[in-house]
Amino acid sequence: MTIEDDELIKDFIVESQEHLSDVESQLLTLESQQDGVDVALVNKVFRAVHSIKGAAGFLGFEVLESLAHRGEEVLNRLRNHEMRPTNLVINTLLKATDRLKGLLDSLETSNEQDVSEHIVALERLLNADSAADSVLDEVTMEEATVEAVPERASECAAKRNVTESISSAIQDAAIVSAVDSTIRVDVSLLDTLMTRVGELVLARNQILQFTGELGNTDLLRTTQRLNLITTELQEGVMKTRMQPIGNVWSKFPRLVRDLAVICGKEVRIEMEGKATELDKTIIEAIKDPLTHLVRNTVDHGIEKPEVRRSIGKPVEGCLTLRAFHEGGQVIIDISDDGAGLNLDRIKSKAIEKGLVSQEQVARMLEQEIAQLIFLPGFSTAEKVSNVSGRGVGMDVVKTNIEKIGGSVDLQTRPGLGTTVKIKIPLTLAIIPALIVSCAGNRFAIPQVNLLELVRLEGEQTTKSIEWIQGAPVYRLRGRLLPLVYLRNVLKTNIASESPQDVINIVILRADDRQFGLVVDRINDTEEIVVKPLSKQLKGVAVYSGTTIMGDGKVALILDVLGLAYASQVISKMRDGALVDPNGRAKDGNGEPQTLIILGTGTSRRLALPISQVARLEKISKDAVEYADHQEVVQYRGKILPLIRLAGFLGLESNDTSEEDLLNVVVYNENERSFGLVIDKIIDIVETSLQLNHPSTREGLLGSVVIHDRVTDLVDLPAIIRMIDCPSLSQLPSLV
Amino acid sequence: MSTTCQSPASQLCTFYLDNQMFGIDVQSVQEVIRYQQMTDIPLAPDSVCGLINLRGQIVTAIELRKRLGLPNRPEGQLPMNVVVRSDDGAVSLLVDQIGDVQESDEENFEPPPETLRGSTRQLIRGAYKMKDRLLLVLDTERVIDVTSNVD
Repeated sequence: MTIEDDELIKDFIVESQEHLSDVESQLLTLESQQDGVDVALVNKVFRAVHSIKGAAGFLGFEVLESLAHRGEEVLNRLRNHEMRPTNLVINTLLKATDRLKGLLDSLETSNEQDVSEHIVALERLLNADSAADSVLDEVTMEEATVEAVPERASECAAKRNVTESISSAIQDAAIVSAVDSTIRVDVSLLDTLMTRVGELVLARNQILQFTGELGNTDLLRTTQRLNLITTELQEGVMKTRMQPIGNVWSKFPRLVRDLAVICGKEVRIEMEGKATELDKTIIEAIKDPLTHLVRNTVDHGIEKPEVRRSIGKPVEGCLTLRAFHEGGQVIIDISDDGAGLNLDRIKSKAIEKGLVSQEQVARMLEQEIAQLIFLPGFSTAEKVSNVSGRGVGMDVVKTNIEKIGGSVDLQTRPGLGTTVKIKIPLTLAIIPALIVSCAGNRFAIPQVNLLELVRLEGEQTTKSIEWIQGAPVYRLRGRLLPLVYLRNVLKTNIASESPQDVINIVILRADDRQFGLVVDRINDTEEIVVKPLSKQLKGVAVYSGTTIMGDGKVALILDVLGLAYASQVISKMRDGALVDPNGRAKDGNGEPQTLIILGTGTSRRLALPISQVARLEKISKDAVEYADHQEVVQYRGKILPLIRLAGFLGLESNDTSEEDLLNVVVYNENERSFGLVIDKIIDIVETSLQLNHPSTREGLLGSVVIHDRVTDLVDLPAIIRMIDCPSLSQLPSLV
Repeated sequence: MSTTCQSPASQLCTFYLDNQMFGIDVQSVQEVIRYQQMTDIPLAPDSVCGLINLRGQIVTAIELRKRLGLPNRPEGQLPMNVVVRSDDGAVSLLVDQIGDVQESDEENFEPPPETLRGSTRQLIRGAYKMKDRLLLVLDTERVIDVTSNVD
């Protein structure tokens, strides 16, 4: 075979596959038009099959040609209203279409393959119909003409009057014009273009920054044009990669139809927003999760016809797919009017599989129970069917969606149905992000996770942040918002660059939970080009990628979900939030906490929840003064009472170090600060607390084992209460 | 760089760490550049010390002294970057100083001695006995895989 032939055949395969992918959904539409088919639609199918037939004949694929030819004849009958689109007819056509696809996939051997089964089936249709239904057909044909709108009637008439040869010539012309206005481009080429545009955006950002510094007006004007052109180019290239979600959906009607038959159910599929566009990579990524959800809905969601009838629902179940844009994201809803999730069964199944404990379930809200089906290893299907229930299920759906920066939410109402809401970003390559600084580093936070920014100044900094069992919270319009200090999460001890009397809170959403991230400074929003993390950093959950900033330096992109997990705003089991929407606080027992380990004496270890610690300071011994026999230091314009922790608890201290700096842990309570003097800070660990020996000594909660060492847990509030003599409590107000 | 060598795999790019001489296969080296400003990575594994923007390519820098359990570089002494290729993109190895490209001959090669300490042993392929010193050959793959062997 020559190279040109190869090219021709490649084109033939691609074009034929495209034709067939449309044919399937068109046939299904025809099936619903029992009372007179849409002639234009039949024509479309006819043309597709006809062009496959023509090309196959030209290239010498006789088997393909003969099968296409029989199909075409049946379609011709449908077109002329000599045959009705009965279930049998459409079924046979669908099967023949599948076979055509099979032949295309194995084109080299297609001429040796046996398709007689399909040809016989098609011929049987042709023979049976022409004999028995001819009278009936005339009637339906007349009906159709009467019912049809005038234009269509005239169109039909016109179509039927022209001879076959002319009409096929017109069809060919139509195909040629479509080919002229579009070209096929290799996806890898588009990917390379996208990367280049990414580089260009970076270079643009850099130039913008330099220009701002130089202040030359001519340069400024040129830069602004460059800026504009780059943005347009970026949008253009992104558009080339956009595809309507309908491309993925198009296979669902067939899937639903076949599944419904297997399950003995009646299901209708409705689609809204087919034209909603998404980046190709995202389309690829959501294909499997969506298919899985649709399968699940038909298999589990929608009840059998007899059940539906008995409870007064329409016999035919309805599966609705809806896609739309919202706030820079695409939302896809998959909803059904079926039975809803059986929460009791989910509960017992989850307990049985050891995914959650009885007590945990008892505390859960209905909404949270429904979310259990997203846990790995969860599958409630009583019998494993070939439709669903293989144990890999919703958790894979969830992970795959989350992998592309999306989220899955599920709502169910018993007896009324289930809705799965998927939120996904438009594109992954270039995203808008908020740049923040913390501990001398810049970080990018994807805009999709961002809700709002709060800046606290002056008095507010101490007043507005309250503590629940050591967890800082902020009242945001009456609701308690857990706060996370980025500095603590990143475990850095570089001094803050923000003024002391300002607190910047970035309010973020992760997995439908909100939390406030406290950062040193909020810089700006910027379009960033996402680059993957290197292998060395894959294990660090709080980052999702890297990017290059306008000044050419590298910045890390924060993974908001990872951050939420790392700071326990969301725990893996989803019950670890310190404050849930109802505002009930949970006890710290058994929950993982971040503790700061302090050393006193030669070997004694003490631990404090880091959430109770405002700051760690080193204070010169010379700065210690006395107020009413109490050691104090001047600290941020106030007097900070110092408590020698070891002495206070009656433990030995080896404060003989040559250093003339004191390690001080600053603790805030009700606008007052206290400084705990300790010998050394050993470590910061994350551990779940199992209080082994409740302490009898006041000021200690008990002992725990951390890193194989027995460690005493300090009860800070109790210590403060014990020393809360009047002279001390008045100290701050003296200033 | 010499192009007349028949067996390119037998050339080593050498560098110094704490006055010891090390070498890696010259084929795996993309380039050697002077010290670059780096972005810190809080929470990263110990030996990963930052990210470098290398002409638009983001390169992770590994502090070889830490990786090999050697003492920290004296303050004020700037490291050099030996950028090596890997399946996962380029990685930079921070070294004290760059040496020559050495021809290696198999006769003088010996596997690491039994007494070599645990974690480091896996990272060293063996030693070439040079006239006046030893040249330790590193296993680049293992050196940059910081997740598998954290000391």
